[in-house]
Amino acid sequence: MSQSSQPAHSKSRSGFIERTLVDINNTLEQSIFAEKIARQKGLLQALDPRLKVIAMLMLLFAVSLSHQLAVIAALYVCALLLAAVSAVPLGFFLKRVWVLIPFFTGIIALPALFITPGPTLLSLPLGIVITRTGAMTALFLLLRVGTSVSFATLFVLSTPWNNVLKAMGILRVPDVIVLVLGMTYRYIHLLLHIANDMFLSRKSRILRRMSGAEERRLIAATSGTLLGKSLQLSSEVYLAMESRGYRGYPRTMDRFRMHWFDWAAALVVSFVTAAAIWLGR
Amino acid sequence: MDFLNNGGDPIFDVKDLCFAYNDQISALDHIDLTIHPGEKLAILGSNGSGKSTLLKILDGLYFPTSGRIKAFGQDLTEQALRDDRFNFDFRSRVGFVFQDSDAQLFMPSVWDEIAFGPLQLGVDEAEVARRVESALLALHIEKLRDRPPHQLSGGEKKRVALASVLSLSPVVWMLDEPSAGLDPRSVSWLKDFILAQGKAGKTVVLSTHDLAIVEATADRVYVLDEKHQIIAESTPGKILSDRSLLIKANLVSK
Repeated sequence: MSQSSQPAHSKSRSGFIERTLVDINNTLEQSIFAEKIARQKGLLQALDPRLKVIAMLMLLFAVSLSHQLAVIAALYVCALLLAAVSAVPLGFFLKRVWVLIPFFTGIIALPALFITPGPTLLSLPLGIVITRTGAMTALFLLLRVGTSVSFATLFVLSTPWNNVLKAMGILRVPDVIVLVLGMTYRYIHLLLHIANDMFLSRKSRILRRMSGAEERRLIAATSGTLLGKSLQLSSEVYLAMESRGYRGYPRTMDRFRMHWFDWAAALVVSFVTAAAIWLGR
Repeated sequence: MDFLNNGGDPIFDVKDLCFAYNDQISALDHIDLTIHPGEKLAILGSNGSGKSTLLKILDGLYFPTSGRIKAFGQDLTEQALRDDRFNFDFRSRVGFVFQDSDAQLFMPSVWDEIAFGPLQLGVDEAEVARRVESALLALHIEKLRDRPPHQLSGGEKKRVALASVLSLSPVVWMLDEPSAGLDPRSVSWLKDFILAQGKAGKTVVLSTHDLAIVEATADRVYVLDEKHQIIAESTPGKILSDRSLLIKANLVSK
């Protein structure tokens, strides 16, 4: 094999393994980064997660009820300010909120530009007309979704995942569901690490490009091994729970305590929600 | 008053015990064994000899295919553990540290992990919080309290696993391959931890193939061979100086 053919060859071979490894690492990195933000010192991080759940729902309610673009825009500015005082990097925050919105909401909003009756804003060839009412409707939808997603994203980014789950208790989510979700999150990480090691070990032993059939066989073998490992692990985890007194109905403990600043924040959120609903009616 | 009171008798008394996975794959063959209060006992054997299975039977997680096991003077059976009172007393007294810390650490944060055991046993919340803080201090892991277990190193995970059992205040510690995968500093710290438990009057049972940890910590040793039978029982000095025995048990190479 000639030296010159090496880079192109190695780039194309095992592309599937490379992509899988990159995806696994991205998932792990994103989760570690999000957890890092949640453990920074900031305004939202200091608040009781239960209050954050209620505050988020109140603000989502205000965004949904408001009929004034300026009010929704003001709420969006509030979300940006909250991100700034909660050590959430602005670029990361904007990207996280706005990258996917055009794909999902944009598809829904696009027809509104053309089919909503109203005064003409822009005339396009073939007799296609964008109406002023249609443009406003699409803008409303995009801003509403963007602002709502921003508040939800802020909640998730500023709260460690185990506290997000525990805070669900205030919405009457049963303890056993919270426990199962917490364990699922914890073991997804472990299985991702195992999968990562399996793909790395396979990558280190591949000398040529894999055919489609070989790739499929590799996926099947990896999935089978991971399933076997997860079954074995789940059995050990159950024994570990049983060994410490678990008998089928978990007892958990709520460590959250409301402080004066939580009550102050609750007052501010209540005021903002009421004002947004009043001004946006 | 605690009904699991055995006076000066052995804490565990195992007679002619056999165990097979799915009733087919033999893991333990006619085992006789006693464990006395306050002793540090090592079950020494190579990989696959059945020592982890034996430890799980002693912790009431698996049940023998045949033979008998008594714990604190009572038969340790599946039916006995269905009784709330027996289960509570047994689980409060016996703590098990799994070989794979990832299996033992299933909660989303270190604090919740350490609180899990006492909470399941019905300890009131103020006492649970006190026990968790005390375990965090004892294991020097206060800074890890809110960390998720998947972000910890191997040594940190082992400390958290020990803390999760310490919060139960057990009188018997079962440690399955406690030194596996640990760096030398963590192993040295672990030896001190085991010795400290012994000094505090706790009974320690460890399964291992690590001869150094046996020599440093155990009072008495049982040796399991690859046929899943006990082939020797003596002091660590006598066992470790018998090279032919260690070769037979596949604990050293020829």
